[in-house]
Amino acid sequence: MKEELFVSGRNIPNIDPYLNIWHWQIPIYLFLGGLAAGLLFLAGLYTILGKEKQMQATVKIAPFLVPIALILGLFMLFLDLKHKLYFWQLYTNIRLESPMGWGAWVLMIITPISLVWSGSYMREVFPKWDWKFKFLYTFEAWAIRNRKYIAWPMVIYAVILGIYTGILLSAFNARPLWNTSILGPLFLVSGMSTGAACILLLSKDHEEKKIIGKLDLLFIVVELFFITHMIMGFLAGSEVQISAAQLFLGGQFTVSFWVFVIVLGLLFPALLEVLELIGYKVPLVLPATMILIGGLIFRFIMVEAGQITRYLY
Amino acid sequence: MRYAMAIDTRKCVGCSDCVVACQTENNVPIGYCRDWVSETVIGTYPNVNIELRSERCNHCDNAPCVRCCPTGASHFEEGGIVTVTHHKCIGCGACIQSCPYEARYSHPDGYVDKCTFCLHRVRQGELPACVSVCPTKCMHFGDIDDPNSDIVNVLKNRKFKSLAPEAGTKPQIFYLL
Repeated sequence: MKEELFVSGRNIPNIDPYLNIWHWQIPIYLFLGGLAAGLLFLAGLYTILGKEKQMQATVKIAPFLVPIALILGLFMLFLDLKHKLYFWQLYTNIRLESPMGWGAWVLMIITPISLVWSGSYMREVFPKWDWKFKFLYTFEAWAIRNRKYIAWPMVIYAVILGIYTGILLSAFNARPLWNTSILGPLFLVSGMSTGAACILLLSKDHEEKKIIGKLDLLFIVVELFFITHMIMGFLAGSEVQISAAQLFLGGQFTVSFWVFVIVLGLLFPALLEVLELIGYKVPLVLPATMILIGGLIFRFIMVEAGQITRYLY
Repeated sequence: MRYAMAIDTRKCVGCSDCVVACQTENNVPIGYCRDWVSETVIGTYPNVNIELRSERCNHCDNAPCVRCCPTGASHFEEGGIVTVTHHKCIGCGACIQSCPYEARYSHPDGYVDKCTFCLHRVRQGELPACVSVCPTKCMHFGDIDDPNSDIVNVLKNRKFKSLAPEAGTKPQIFYLL
């Protein structure tokens, strides 16, 4: 028998009895970041492939959500800060070792790119829009001419942003559940999948829905593979990682993880998408919404559960 | 120069004087603490083994909190002491997540706070508050790069351990067994 207790008493808010310093803001921020990464990646990808005509919603309409998601995400990050008035120091310091530091810079780069991208499609999507100033029309003409060149950095930064949402957590070796390098790719694919689901909600073109639906199925399969891989890795790991995996295998997050993330968030929507592909009439709103909600719950669970896991001594 | 601490788990009686001294010396807000005493009981009576440890920030050589700080507020001072510059801290909580010892907390004023090895006292040539009040003299503080220091002498003659060395942080608080 081994028992640990604090003789002196210790009950620090948000630290004891178990760590809970990051609340709802962080999972929402990670979700919005992943969603933005997925939307920008797909928009850039189909522009580079020269399929703007066939993929109207992907390239032109869905990217309008990105600046909104990114600005809202940054606002969530701001809400999470405890010393709010000092937030600007994120941008007066360059700390490449700190994932949060370079992540803040990635957001500072990708937000303007996404604004320029949606700006270049503004008058095409909203024909009544007027830019008011002449220099904005000149800038718009420049952006429209150079879309292909904007698409490349956009795709690259989208991948960095998507991976960053995972690395933000996986860089903490004190939290065994997060401390796995698969978390970066896992959050990236999950972000791509939520992005594809979002396009399914917006698109009215049957052909486009079919292509994005197939792509989404691929993302879901890869995501399931990564999750299996993550749990296998934990079970083959050290004691603290085995007990981290136990949170999902009988521990307090078992039901929420398997029911809401795996079954309702991945398997069931995948099944509906397969049924749709082989010809059954399935309203795609259903799987798309489930994927979005599942992605959000997945991030909530990872942030909550990770904070509980720790080294024991 | 490398400051470190050695704490004798056989002499410690768990009186918590170190905790109160720290709270007084550093004006720690009520309900918070920078150091604490934990007790590990192994076995059942009559075959029991009790280990008492006064714990605090380990002022790690490879400090994850310094690495992950986005603004450089968490940094190394002289002798490897890890401190937080309050006006540079944005309160993002990354360092709290990164600490395997849960030695940091969010101060009610917003910034992150922690043990400083009483840097203000050490600079004056005094011992940290916790060490100076210990009634059983179970704590040794000093420079482990100095071969004549008390702490080097103690570590040479006793078996010792550090906490969660597998976390790779190279902690600098040693518990004499």
